[in-house]
Amino acid sequence: MRVARRALAGLFAAPALAQAAPVVVVVGGGFGGASCARALRRNGLAVTLVEPHATYTACPFSNTVIAGLRPMERQRFGYGALRDQGIGVAHQAATGVDATARRVTLADGSVLPYDRLVLSPGIALRFDALAGYDEAAAEVMPHAWHAGAQTELLRARLEAMEDGGTVVLTVPANPYRCPPGPYERASLVAHYLRTRKPRSKLLVLDAKDAFSKQRLFEAAWAALYPGLLEYVPLSGGGRVTGVNLAAREVVTEFGNHAGDVVNVIPPQRAGDIARIAGTADRSGWCPVDPASFESRLVPNVHVIGDACIAGAMPKSAFAANAQARVCADAITRLLRGAPVPEPRLLNTCYSLVGPGYGISVAGVYRAVEGVLADSPGAGGISPLDAPPAFREAEALYAEDWFATITADAFG
Amino acid sequence: MARVLLNIPRSARPGEVVTIRTLIQHGMETGYRPGADGEVLPRDILRRFTATYDGAEVFAAELSPAIAANPFLSFALVATRTAPLVLRWQGDNGFDQTETREITVAP
Repeated sequence: MRVARRALAGLFAAPALAQAAPVVVVVGGGFGGASCARALRRNGLAVTLVEPHATYTACPFSNTVIAGLRPMERQRFGYGALRDQGIGVAHQAATGVDATARRVTLADGSVLPYDRLVLSPGIALRFDALAGYDEAAAEVMPHAWHAGAQTELLRARLEAMEDGGTVVLTVPANPYRCPPGPYERASLVAHYLRTRKPRSKLLVLDAKDAFSKQRLFEAAWAALYPGLLEYVPLSGGGRVTGVNLAAREVVTEFGNHAGDVVNVIPPQRAGDIARIAGTADRSGWCPVDPASFESRLVPNVHVIGDACIAGAMPKSAFAANAQARVCADAITRLLRGAPVPEPRLLNTCYSLVGPGYGISVAGVYRAVEGVLADSPGAGGISPLDAPPAFREAEALYAEDWFATITADAFG
Repeated sequence: MARVLLNIPRSARPGEVVTIRTLIQHGMETGYRPGADGEVLPRDILRRFTATYDGAEVFAAELSPAIAANPFLSFALVATRTAPLVLRWQGDNGFDQTETREITVAP
């Protein structure tokens, strides 16, 4: 039986490859999707990228836009380099996936057949998680967790606030996009307030007691923003359960907190197409094989980036880019009938706690019993007692990191 | 003294069901976890929580090593008349803390 099946597979696979290059459709044009499409195309596959927006607005560094340290234009990237490379780009939303027939349906009704499908839809914000916080509420209390109009809205709110006002920033429980992001944002908002509106206050309400680079952030806050930034963890009553729009308040189990500017970062799940395709489980995220990023629930569909459950790997642009390249390599091998090797993945994450003050964390990940786990002894975190020159250098490395990763993803 | 967060209504109507929320900052050390030196850290948990309203016990909980640090407990009671609500946490190493709040009941 096994021999017969192998012989049959050989019979069918060889002519199919001879007739036409296998087709891969990639849904989502962020760091994961764009990087993956480019890597697949470099391997000689026919690739179509499905992304509704003509321009991508990057989340990394968008906190510096909110703090007025960087123009929004530098966050925007187009898909011209992908087209030049021979990647088909469809500016459409994907609305359906037929995993049996291997077809993706787009918003305009057109249908794309695929041999392998890559979903890189990023996150969707859960507007059902906090009482009173729906899409309309996000126009009053911006989340700014999708870069773009929301980033500019939060920026405008901060600019319009009078000196002496209170800014409230709420942080969800794990998992969510960019684990250190809320604390970088808190740092840079505190910097804006200290330099421009020094009588103001920033209240950070967190649904957790511990977070990424915590000691580095807390040391920086004590040094740079004493008396301005107040951090309330879960054990201090920091978990936000809802909002009261009329009173401009957020609601916790132990009382309400009013803010002149309220930034609610709500809980999240995988982007919509992940659920539509059946790749998301009850957690709202997508379980995958750590070597190929193929969905554990739907065959021939791969999920990368923030949407997938990547074990110890955080949901970051760098992680999405690393996963994209591993996934592209695995898909190329699978389509050629070659074995998929055990991957090693890397993540590096820089955070700015003020201009010229950068901190970083790096990790190396490998598959252990079907889950991506930290490689012990690899990676590292910025030292707690480093001279200003070291922090300044890390802030410059962060800029270099952004230039490198956006060049890899968007050309 | 551990830090305690409470959400208890100051007043209620007779017969009203009110929700009480409590959080106490406590490490809830399980007794199974090795410390930095490799030695198992001795158990230090809260073991019992009681709520007494108008002299009668209205809610109690037995806590165990599987319960996370900083236990959050929430329960409801029927406000019958103006009386103190006494909340008490007891645990290992002689831990014993009491918080008292008056609930004013008026139509």
